[in-house]
Amino acid sequence: MSAPVIELRGLARTYPGPPPVPALRPADLVIGAGGYVAVTGPSGSGKSTLLHLLGLLDAPTEGSYLLDGLDTSALSDRDRSALRGRRIGIVFQAFHLLPYRTAWENVLLAELYNQTPRGDRLQAALDALDAVGLGHRIDALPSTLSGGECQRVAIARALVNRPSLLLCDEPTGNLDSRNAAALMELLDQLNAAGFTIVVITHDPGVAAHAGRTITISDGVLSDRTGADRA
Amino acid sequence: MPSSATGLPLPRLTARDATAEAVAGIAARPGRAAATMLGTVLGVGAFVAVLGLTATGAGQISRQFTVLEDTTVTVQDNGPVNNVAAPGTNPAIGFPADADAVAGHINGVTAAGVWWPVSLPAGASFTSSLALSATASQTVNLLAASPGATAAMGLAMVAGQRLSTYENDTGQHVAVIDTGTAAALGISPARLASDPAVFVDGIAYTVVGVYSSAQRVVTDESAMLIPENTALADFGNPEPGIGNQDEAQMVVATRIGAARAVARQIAAAELPADPSRLVVTSPPSPQNLQGEVSGDLAGLFLVLALISLLIGAVGIANTTLVAVLERTEEIGLRRAVGARPRHIAAQFLAESTALGTLGGLIGTCIGVGTVVIFAAAKDWTAVLNPAYTLPAPLIGSVVGLLAGAYPALRAARTSPLAALRHG
Repeated sequence: MSAPVIELRGLARTYPGPPPVPALRPADLVIGAGGYVAVTGPSGSGKSTLLHLLGLLDAPTEGSYLLDGLDTSALSDRDRSALRGRRIGIVFQAFHLLPYRTAWENVLLAELYNQTPRGDRLQAALDALDAVGLGHRIDALPSTLSGGECQRVAIARALVNRPSLLLCDEPTGNLDSRNAAALMELLDQLNAAGFTIVVITHDPGVAAHAGRTITISDGVLSDRTGADRA
Repeated sequence: MPSSATGLPLPRLTARDATAEAVAGIAARPGRAAATMLGTVLGVGAFVAVLGLTATGAGQISRQFTVLEDTTVTVQDNGPVNNVAAPGTNPAIGFPADADAVAGHINGVTAAGVWWPVSLPAGASFTSSLALSATASQTVNLLAASPGATAAMGLAMVAGQRLSTYENDTGQHVAVIDTGTAAALGISPARLASDPAVFVDGIAYTVVGVYSSAQRVVTDESAMLIPENTALADFGNPEPGIGNQDEAQMVVATRIGAARAVARQIAAAELPADPSRLVVTSPPSPQNLQGEVSGDLAGLFLVLALISLLIGAVGIANTTLVAVLERTEEIGLRRAVGARPRHIAAQFLAESTALGTLGGLIGTCIGVGTVVIFAAAKDWTAVLNPAYTLPAPLIGSVVGLLAGAYPALRAARTSPLAALRHG
C-alpha cells in the first residue's frame, strides 16, 4: 500500500450546543495515494462534516488529521490556508463559479493566492481546462455554460494546482444522468492519472465508480469494503 | 518564504492581483458601482468646484479692483489756510505750475493733473446759449482742471475733445461737460460745431467737448470742467487745507501695480521743500480684499462638500457591506482555494478604495468642468490651484478606504464553511 494521503486518528467533530451535536464521532481512516473513495450516507449523517474536516474548512474537536503525513491539527490558520490552496482541491455540488468571470478566470482564482508567477498560472489554468475537455470554451461565462460544463470548470479549478487530494461534494447532484455519467467518467480518468479522490454522495451509482465505499450514519463511520483498492 | 510547518509557500495576494480582483469586482456590477460612487462624485466635485469658483471669483474681483482702483493715486493740498498766493498767480496753490509734467516723470504714471472744485457765489446759475430758457435743474459741479487732470480722469468723449494745453495756457473760456448736463441744458452733442456756450454766473464758456463717463473723480456727478488758469482768473484761488471741500487736488493715473510706488514718491517730487503739505492717498492692497472674499462663502460651501463626502462614505460603506453579505459564497470559495482572512479584507478594501478613487476622479473632472464653464460664461479667467485640484481624487480614495474598513473586517471574519452551506 502507498503512503497514506489521509490518515484520521480518532477524528471527531461536535458542534457546540446547546445541546451539543456530535456530528462526527471519533473515526479512524486511512486513504492511500491514488485511492478513490466514496463516502455515502443519508442526509444529516455527517457526510458534510467529514468533507469540511478533510478540506480543512473546519477544525475537529478531537483527534488528529494527517494530510500527506502532516498533522494538520497543530497548524496555524495561515498554514491551513496554504494547504487548502496547494494540496486540496474541492468540487462543490453547486459549482460555486463566480458568475461574472470567464471559465479561464474561474480556474485562475485557485492559483491567485499561492505565489505562482502569473505566466505559469495562465498556462496551468489552460492545461486544466484542456484536461477536462473545455479547452475550446475558456472565455465563456458560467451563464453560457451547461451544468455539466460548469462542473467541469469547477473540476479544472480543483485540480489546477495538482493537489494531493480531490474532494468532491455530491458532484453530480445538480446534473442530469447523461452529464453525470460523463462527469464520473472524467473522475475515473483523473483517478487513473494518479489523483486521490474522495467523493461524497448519496447516489449508489456514483459510489460504484469508487474502488472503496465508506458509509456514514449518525456520525459513525464504517468502512464497508474494509480495504483500500489502491 | 515557505512555512516551516508545511514546507509550502504561504498564501499571498500581491498588490497587482488585489487591484485586478477589485477592478473585476467593480466591473461586474457597473450600475451599482455608479450609484455607489455618486456621493463621492458629488462631494469631491463640490470641493473642487467651490475652491475653483472662489479662486476664480476672487481673482476676478481683485482684477476689477486693480483696474478701477489700483491705478489711482490722490494727492490733496493740506497747506495752511493763510498760505494763499495772490489772486491770479500760479502757483496759487500747493502744487507747482509744472505739477502735471513733474508727475509725468515718475515711472508708472500715465497721466496726472491738478483740479479743484470752484466755489461759486450762492445762486449762481447755469444757462445755455442754445436754449436760454433751459437752466440745469440739477446741481452742476464746476471744476477747474489742468489738461493732465482731464486726461487722468479718463473721460470717455462722445463729442469734441478734452481741454488742451493751449486752452489752459491762454486762459480760454471753454468747457467740457457730461452728457447729463448737456441734456439738461439742451445741448445735443451733435450740435457742438455751432459752438454752444454755457453761462455760469454770467460768464460764457464755449462747450468744446461732451463726455459720457469717467474713470476717476467725476465718475457719477454732473460736472463742467474748465481750464485751471481760466478758473484762477475768473474765480480766484482754491482754499488749501483738507476739509474746505474746495482744496486743490491732484489725480494721478498709473499703470497697473504702480500706484503704491508712485504714491511713495509723488509728494517729494511735487513739493521737495515741503512734501508733508501734500496728503497722498494710495489704494489698499488688493490681497486683503481677495482674502476677505475667499473667506466668506468658501467656508460655507466647503462644509457642504464635507457633508457630501460623508454621505458618499456612508453610501460606499453600505454598498460594500451589502456586497460582502451577498458574496458570502465567493468569500467562502476564496477561503477554500487558500485565501487568508487578510486577503479577503484586502480585496474588499481595494474595491471600496477603487470605487472612491474613481468617484474622486469623476468628481474632480466635474468640478473642474463646472469652474471652466462658469468662468467662460462670465467671460472670466478660470483659476484652479493645482495644489488643491490635483490631489482631489485622493480624497475619494481616503473616503473609499475608510468606508470599506468595517465591511472588509466583516468579510474577513466570514467562515469558509459558508461557501458550502450556500450551495
